Order: sequence, then C-alpha cells, then structure tokens
Amino acid sequence: MTNLKCLSALKVVVKSLRLGVMSAVVTGSLITSGVSAEELGYAEKEELKFGFIKLTDMAPLAIAYEKGYFEDEGLYVTLEAQANWKVLLDRVIDGQLDGAHMLAGQPLGATIGYGTKADIITAFSMDLNGNAITVSNDIWKEMKKHVPHEDGKPVHPISADSLKPVVADFKSKGKPFKMGMVFPVSTHNYELRYWLAAGGIHPGYYAPHKGDTSGQINADALLSVTPPPQMPSTMEAGTINGYCVGEPWNQQAVFKGIGVPVVTDYEIWKNNPEKVFGVSKTWAEKNPNTHIRVVKAMIRAAMWLDENNNANRPEAVKILAKSQYVGADYEVIANSMTGTFEYEKGDKRDVPDFNVFFRYNATYPFYSDAIWYLTQMRRWGQISEPKADSWYTEIAKQVYRPDIYAQAAKALIAEGKAKAVDFPKFATETGYKPAQTHFIDNIVYDGSEPNAYLEKFAIGLKQDSKI
Amino acid sequence: MSKQQTVPMIFNQVKQMNWPTLNQFLSATALPIVGIVIFLGLWSLMAKNIDTSLGKFPGPSAVWQQSKVLVEEHNTQQDKAEKFYVRQEQRNVARVAKDPSYEPKIRAFTGAPTFFEQIWTSLYTVMVGFLVASLLAIPLGILCGLSKNAYTAINPLIQLFKPVSPLAWLPLVTMVVSAVYVSSDPMFSKSFITSAVTVALCCLWPTLINTAVGVSSIDKDLLNVSKVLRLNALSHVIKIVLPSSIPAIFTGLRLSLGIGWMVLIAAEMLAQNPGLGKFVWDEFQNGSSESLARIMVAVLTIGVIGFALDRLMLVLQRKFSWDKSAVLR
Repeated sequence: MTNLKCLSALKVVVKSLRLGVMSAVVTGSLITSGVSAEELGYAEKEELKFGFIKLTDMAPLAIAYEKGYFEDEGLYVTLEAQANWKVLLDRVIDGQLDGAHMLAGQPLGATIGYGTKADIITAFSMDLNGNAITVSNDIWKEMKKHVPHEDGKPVHPISADSLKPVVADFKSKGKPFKMGMVFPVSTHNYELRYWLAAGGIHPGYYAPHKGDTSGQINADALLSVTPPPQMPSTMEAGTINGYCVGEPWNQQAVFKGIGVPVVTDYEIWKNNPEKVFGVSKTWAEKNPNTHIRVVKAMIRAAMWLDENNNANRPEAVKILAKSQYVGADYEVIANSMTGTFEYEKGDKRDVPDFNVFFRYNATYPFYSDAIWYLTQMRRWGQISEPKADSWYTEIAKQVYRPDIYAQAAKALIAEGKAKAVDFPKFATETGYKPAQTHFIDNIVYDGSEPNAYLEKFAIGLKQDSKI
Repeated sequence: MSKQQTVPMIFNQVKQMNWPTLNQFLSATALPIVGIVIFLGLWSLMAKNIDTSLGKFPGPSAVWQQSKVLVEEHNTQQDKAEKFYVRQEQRNVARVAKDPSYEPKIRAFTGAPTFFEQIWTSLYTVMVGFLVASLLAIPLGILCGLSKNAYTAINPLIQLFKPVSPLAWLPLVTMVVSAVYVSSDPMFSKSFITSAVTVALCCLWPTLINTAVGVSSIDKDLLNVSKVLRLNALSHVIKIVLPSSIPAIFTGLRLSLGIGWMVLIAAEMLAQNPGLGKFVWDEFQNGSSESLARIMVAVLTIGVIGFALDRLMLVLQRKFSWDKSAVLR
C-alpha cells in the first residue's frame, strides 16, 4: 500500500517535471514525503555521451567513469573531449552530446539568449575555485616592482593595483594590453574582470543591443577568447599578455617558464562556484531517471575526490594525466590538485581548497550562485536592459534545479552510499547562501538583492544604466 | 626516363661493372637505407638543439619509445574492454532477473579510442570518401572527354572549385550534414559523414580532370577503328575509351587519394572528428612532455600510410593497365 502511494507520488513528480509548471520548491518537498531508492526507475537512455574540456575540474566525470559509478547506475557513458566551449554548448543543444562539463555561465547565458539561445539546465555544480590569472614573464617583471614584498616574497593576494601602472604604460605607448579568457560567459571572464576592475583597470563593456559583442567598449585591458589548452602557447606567441584559465594551464605556464600566475580565484572570491554539469531541458524532460542517475554517479565521484582530506587526489591525478582526459604531465596536474599552488617558479604555497569538489556543499546548485553570474552579466553589459530583482530569481530557478539534485542525493542516502549530514537540509534549504564576504575588494554579495549589489561597484553598469 | 634512373646507369657504364645485379641491388636497397640513416642522424642532431616549452624536440629514440607506449596503451585498453563486456553481461543478467521485460543488449566499449583505432577510422573514412568521389568523377570525366560541349559547360565549374581549400568546405559540410542527415538510429555517425564528404569534395577534381584529358587524347587510329567497326556508344566506351585512358584515370586517382588523405587529417583536426587528425590535435592540447613524441609517431604513421595507399594504387594500375610494359612510378 505504501509502495503504491510512493509510486503515485513519483508519478506526480515526474509529471510536474515534464510540465515544468510546479515550482521546484514544491517538487522538492513532495520528494521528502517518501521516495526511496527502490522507486527510482531504470534509466530511459542507457548509452550516453558527455563532453568535456581538458581541465582538471572535469574530474568528477572521469572518476565517475573510471570508478564504475556510471555503470553502477546502469549507464554506459562515453566521455569525449571537445575543442572549445562553443562547440561543446552547440553539441549539447543539437543533441550530439547528452550533457557536458560546462561553465556556470553557459546554461544561464543560453537561457537568457546571450549567444546561442537554448534552454539548458543544471542540477549539479562540479566544483569550487580552480582558476587563476597568469601574466607573461615580461609583464610580471614590470608588475613585481609595485607588489608589496615580505621576506623577499610577494605578499598574496596580489591585487590588480600593481598591474595598473603596467597597463598605463602600455596605453601611453599606444600599445594594446591584451588578456585571454575562455568564453564570453565564462567564470574566467567574470573573475578576470572582477580582479581588473577591483584594481581600477576597466575591462570594457558589451553592448549586444548594438551588435557589439567584443566586450571592449571603454576598455583599458582588451579581453578576448582563447580555448583553455591553447592559452600557454598563445601567450608564448605574444598574442596575449596574460590570461585567466582553469588548471592545469596556469601551472603549465610555470613549468614551461613562460609566465607567472599572480592570483587564484580562491583569493578573488573564496569558494566561488565554477563548472556545472549542463543538459538541455528537453533532454532532462525526456530522461528524468537518467538525469537523476547521472547526478547520483557524479555526487559519488565528487565525494570520492574529497574523501579523507583529499587522500584520493594522487590517484585522481594519475587518471587525469591520461591522454584521453586532461593529458598534461602528472607533476603539472598534481601541483594544484593536491592542495598546493606554484606562483613564481619555486614559490609553492599551500592552497588546500584550490580545487573543491564536494565539501562546503560544492555540488549543490545554489540559486544565489546563478544570480551572481547574472549580476556580472548585467554589470558588464551582456544583459543590456535593466532587470528587476524578481527577474534574477526567476531565471535562476529556471536553470538551477536543486530538486533533481535532492532526488539523487536522497537515493544515495537510502542506498547507504552517502550520509544525510553531507548534504544541505533539503526540507529547509532555500537555495540562497548567506551573504558572502570573502571577495578581494571586500564587497559583500547577497543573492537576494542583485540590484543593490550592482550599486556597490565603482566600475560597471548599475541597475538602470545603459550603454 | 627520369634523372634518377639515368644516373646509376651512367655510373654503371663508367665503372664497367661486371655484376650489374649487385649494383641493382645496391641502388635499390642500399641507397634508400643510406638516405634514411642520414635523415635519422640529422633528425636526432637537430632534435637535441631544439628546445621547446614542452622540453626537447623528440629524437628518433623518443619517438620509438612512444610508439611502444602507444602499443601498450592499446593492449591495456583491450583488456579493459574485455572486462567491460564481462561486467555488462553480469549487469544484464541481474537486470533481467529483476525486470523480465527488459531486453538485454550488448553495447560497444565506451572507452576512448586508441591510436590504432584512430588509424582504422581515418583509413576507413578516406576510402569511403575516395570511392564516392571516384564514382562521380570518372563517368563525369569520360563525358567531358567525349563531348566537347559537355566539357565547355563543366570546365568553368571545375576551374572554380578545384583550387578551393577543403577546410573552406568544412563548415558548410558540417552544417549541411547536421541539417540533412537526420535519423533516430543512424548507420554512420555525423562526424564520419562530414569527414567523408569533405574528402570526397577534394578528391573529385584530379580524377575528373585527368579522366577528361585522357579520354580526349585517345589515339585517332583507335577512334577510326571504332568508327569502322560501327561500335555503339557503350561498346565504344568499354572497348576503346576505358582501356586507352586507364593510365590517365589512374594518375588522377592516385593524385586524388593523396590529396584526400592529406585533407582528411586536416579536416579531422579542425572538426574534431575521430581519426588520426584528432589524435594529433588532442596531443597538442595535452601539452605533456611526451606529446611531441606522440605527435611525431602520428606524423610518421600518416606518412607511411600515405605511401602505402599510393603503392596500392600503383599495383591496381598495373593490374588494370593493358600496356604492361609502360613504366609506372
């Protein structure tokens, strides 16, 4: 009898997912009322192809595959490296890929129609932190003169204040100061812009309503797109003076001796959300059980990655160093994945939380994370029209799907593969992190007041400003 | 007769050698070996002096080392595949026990393709593209060769499209294939079709032009014979045109296959379609200290395969050619 009840409850849930009418919160609480592992049906689609970009934060996918977590869910997954973020997104949209390792801004950008318009959702956040900003040796030589030192070593975090005179010098000589980032809606773009703007360097505005998507209006530093694996060689060729990218491409610059990472994104915004696992909305509606099972496998992978204080990281690095995954040398990947980060050659410092995959609820898709990305899209003009606070909430709820995450987590708890304490309390979780204070410029972010947040920046569009 | 052949002959006469067979053996075997040895020596010498940001440029020994690693990786992957199938069977059995309506199905191994699988993919793709192109180009070429009017009509198009780089076609082909080739259970993957069509587009022209030239320059006497015998159009083509234009057609085919092979590698790199080109690009992106050596293995493999394909065409040409005494090289 109870079984029947549960089944009908599940049917309701599935229906509401399909129709997409019921709000996520309601669905979430329905699930609390009694779905256990037995009820999670078999996967609708068993052969899946997921895309990724060669970055260490694709680790949950590689681990879920290598450790057999996907197979445990009855899923036969093929992982395929993609050329760049645009190709990856397009292939998820046209169905060549079932899902992919994505920049947090990609599902949001696609949903609001910045770039390719398509409904992409995410129920799983892949990691926190993991990026850094690197400048070429020449720039570092000039910059270093303005960086405060202690015991002969630069004091971290290094702010863009020390880069400002270098950029001014470029400007006075009539030379462009160029930096690379990986995609217009990438975390890296926003982090690089955040860091530059916090140091008084204008990174430029976008004006899509005027057809200008270069993002270089009023810019002191000209930012452009380069695929992550090509960053070091592009900087080596002198096309860009620096870049913001995920690992191992900053450590690669140190190993190659072509540049110096100056700041990690952990220092720009402590424990910032980074990649997500994105799927198209139509796919998710057609394959609800598959989606939950994929998230289950990835939660297990993330748990494994952070288990016993990163004890499994060396093994993970060995897997990632295989040529079909990240493929860089073991030492290069290990540098950041095992809790250290090498800035200038020889200046290796402990950054235990440089890559976070599970702790601090890293995998939970918080609405407030989505809203932060939307505020930055507005700040730099990618969203050209003023938007109300409610609009931010609405978009976040369309794209971020903690309801699906909750079903996966509960199934894992029921199977004894995870403990409830490791997850947010699903019954009461609002999806908003408390106001966050750990930004490099000490500005406080509260996800419930996006427009008030925008007012706090010296450089950037405010609620009503237009270009 | 070309220079390369005349040189040893003059050498022979001057020296008045009594053992021409030994001399032939020397020139046929020893000289290439000398060439290769000099090349290897220069290569390892140069490699030592080129410092890239990924370490030293790989010399012959590093490349040999990596080729062994690639074989090893292939074998480990093979092992993994076997275990994968065992696990899958067990899972299927378990599921059928629980859910009798389930129809178990064996899925192909989901691991990454190894170097050797990539070679096979590339070979297969180039052959399909080449065959499609040849099936179009030879009849069209014969038509152009037989009819001056057809030639005048088609010639501007040939001249226009012949010099177009294959990579310019690629985005168009990709978009058209994804739009047109829609099926729920496709027999071929889209990436395969894209690569094969791009190869075909570039393989068309040399075959087409050479066939047309070959057909139009058939000996007048043969044409007169055909007229005297009052051969109908079909027998004319089969008995007279094809046999006499075989050498020209094969010259075109060999050129086409060579171009197709080069184009395919480039197309795979650009479109990220599976194959050797993808392997090269992936390794370049990996940027590990072994990447350059692995790319070098691929470069040499591409060369060897290109050479083998050319020889294969030569063998076929000999087989089909009516004039067995003609010098083919």
